[in-house]
Amino acid sequence: MIEIKNLHVSIGERKILDGLNLTVKDGEVAAIMGPNGTGKSTLSYVISGREGYDVTEGEVLLDGENILGLEPHERAAKGVFLAFQYPVEIPGVATMTFLKAAVNAQRRSRGEEELQTPDFMKMVREASTKLGINMDMLKRALNVGFSGGEKKRMDILQMSLLQPKFGILDETDSGLDIDALRIVSEGVNALRSPDRGFLVITHYQRLLDYIKPDTVHVMAKGKIQKTGGPELALELEKSGYRDYVGEAA
Amino acid sequence: MTVQAIDKKSEAETALAGAFEAMKGKGASALRQASWEFFARKGLPTRRVEAWHYTDLRASLRSVAPLGAPGAITLPPATDGRLRLVVADGAFRPELSDVAALPAGVELSSLADVLAKDDAAVLAALGLPENAGADAVVALNAALMQDGVVLRVAPATEVAKTIEILLLSTGGEARSSFTRSLVLVGDGAKARIVETSLALTPSGAQENHVLAFSIGAGAEVEHIADIGPQSESAIRLFSLLVTAQAKAVFKSLGFIEGGGLVRRQIFARLAGEEASVALDGVSLLGGKHHADTTLVVEHAAANCKSRERFRSVLDGQSTGVFQGKVVVRPGAQKTDGSMQSRALLLSENATMNNKPELEIFADDVVCGHGATCGRLDADQLFYLVARGLPKHEAEALLIEGFAGEIIEAIGEEAARDVYFERIRSWLANRGDGK
Repeated sequence: MIEIKNLHVSIGERKILDGLNLTVKDGEVAAIMGPNGTGKSTLSYVISGREGYDVTEGEVLLDGENILGLEPHERAAKGVFLAFQYPVEIPGVATMTFLKAAVNAQRRSRGEEELQTPDFMKMVREASTKLGINMDMLKRALNVGFSGGEKKRMDILQMSLLQPKFGILDETDSGLDIDALRIVSEGVNALRSPDRGFLVITHYQRLLDYIKPDTVHVMAKGKIQKTGGPELALELEKSGYRDYVGEAA
Repeated sequence: MTVQAIDKKSEAETALAGAFEAMKGKGASALRQASWEFFARKGLPTRRVEAWHYTDLRASLRSVAPLGAPGAITLPPATDGRLRLVVADGAFRPELSDVAALPAGVELSSLADVLAKDDAAVLAALGLPENAGADAVVALNAALMQDGVVLRVAPATEVAKTIEILLLSTGGEARSSFTRSLVLVGDGAKARIVETSLALTPSGAQENHVLAFSIGAGAEVEHIADIGPQSESAIRLFSLLVTAQAKAVFKSLGFIEGGGLVRRQIFARLAGEEASVALDGVSLLGGKHHADTTLVVEHAAANCKSRERFRSVLDGQSTGVFQGKVVVRPGAQKTDGSMQSRALLLSENATMNNKPELEIFADDVVCGHGATCGRLDADQLFYLVARGLPKHEAEALLIEGFAGEIIEAIGEEAARDVYFERIRSWLANRGDGK
């Protein structure tokens, strides 16, 4: 379970999150919707530990432990996973090399034994087959020359190999056509489980047709303005964010 | 900046004159004499010589270490599948070399023997290619050359094994050495030549090596210059001279790993139509090491292609230099040239000087160049740490990828593994003031 309590975050002089509260239980898929520039991506970066954000108040608890003092790789090992809005290209680093380094770094961090190549390969082959990823693609440099859909699929592959406790999908629908959106969503749905929570950040209702949320939160002005069920997303699709943007001071 | 009178010889220049007196009787006297006179007129290059602007050799070379032959040598283990020719502190050592194992179609002589015989054909090939003619260090080498190897690969011979010219510095007391090697590759032949410069014990060695390739029509040559670790006080000058005839293919990788003051210069001439050169380089520098790669690629014939890709990784207080000039002569139409130098600065105190240049005297050409210089990309770094890699591991992976893109292009599989391993071990040792 992730609990975000009274989170205040600034970049330099600019306040981005202003006392945000949010709880996502194990097994729950929570969607955050909100207008541009409201701090949705900041929230995902702060949870995963990116540098450059000042947390001035509040805490982020993963299963009761405040993770804000941890390095990003330590948070990852504890089960935080961020699927990027735009997965970066890393020339010269073969995808397979990276996957193995990531899986084993997390295992080491948790005091588990590293996976040997045959076991690792078996695991990758199974996960790739499910996502329709050709093994030849894994010999190529990470994300270099991949289409938008392929990059997102690669992120989902990483998620399925790393088996996180809590996954954040940051505008996973950006840059995806309908077919790619369906494949990526199926990959996420396959990872839904009673002991894993998800935070799905999106602008549009469309993604939520594929990944059905349990709860929907409207975010504006650096905090959660309204919480409801899936019907809230449909409502937003009709009325927009105007009510929320106008509201807070 | 101090202003020095050009006509006043430095202490080092005076010492070099003494070395010339010792060497001038050792064959090829006309070439030596002309080269010495040329050098004496120019003197050691300073920052006022444009091609040496970032490497002031006159200021760095304060005194000259003695010429001298080493005693007993224990050779490091050979890389699998290579034939090794050993040149130690300026002397070819046939008893340590795989002379008997050289295949049919490959003929070997020592430079000293060739010079003693005044073989006119070889002397002509030893003469400076036109584009290196203005370089004082190449001329100094011709005046003082002690020994080296001369390899002749017969036309249409495919040499299966890689031939490695091992330039050893034995260390202990600092010595000077001047080697010159020549590889004459017949039409349609194929060969792989590795030039490895290795210090058995670190010292302030002063080395001046020239390796010249004359590549016949349709021949293919792959070359690696491996410039290994050496003391920061060492001064190591490497000149690679290449002439490629029609449809010849020359590929070269320079791998420099913290080697003191290193100057690597390449003078490549595309002399026949449809010839191509691909010059790659990786430098890994820390401490106060300095590596300068300066190259001139001359397109003297039409329909030729040249590619240069250089990557520098700079840590500590190291300095990197890349100066690349592509010259397209009148009539060299349909030239296809592209040059790229990228540097990764890992420390606030590291410096990179990038200077790409194009000189184009033909009107139907495609030439481009690019140079970048920066730190590790923050987005890439975050992507990796967010997946669980500790920061130092993520940095190492990115740096390995940056340099590794060049290593991937090496044809010899065993060599690719060797250089990836060298990069990894350099990365593992980085951060301790190396």
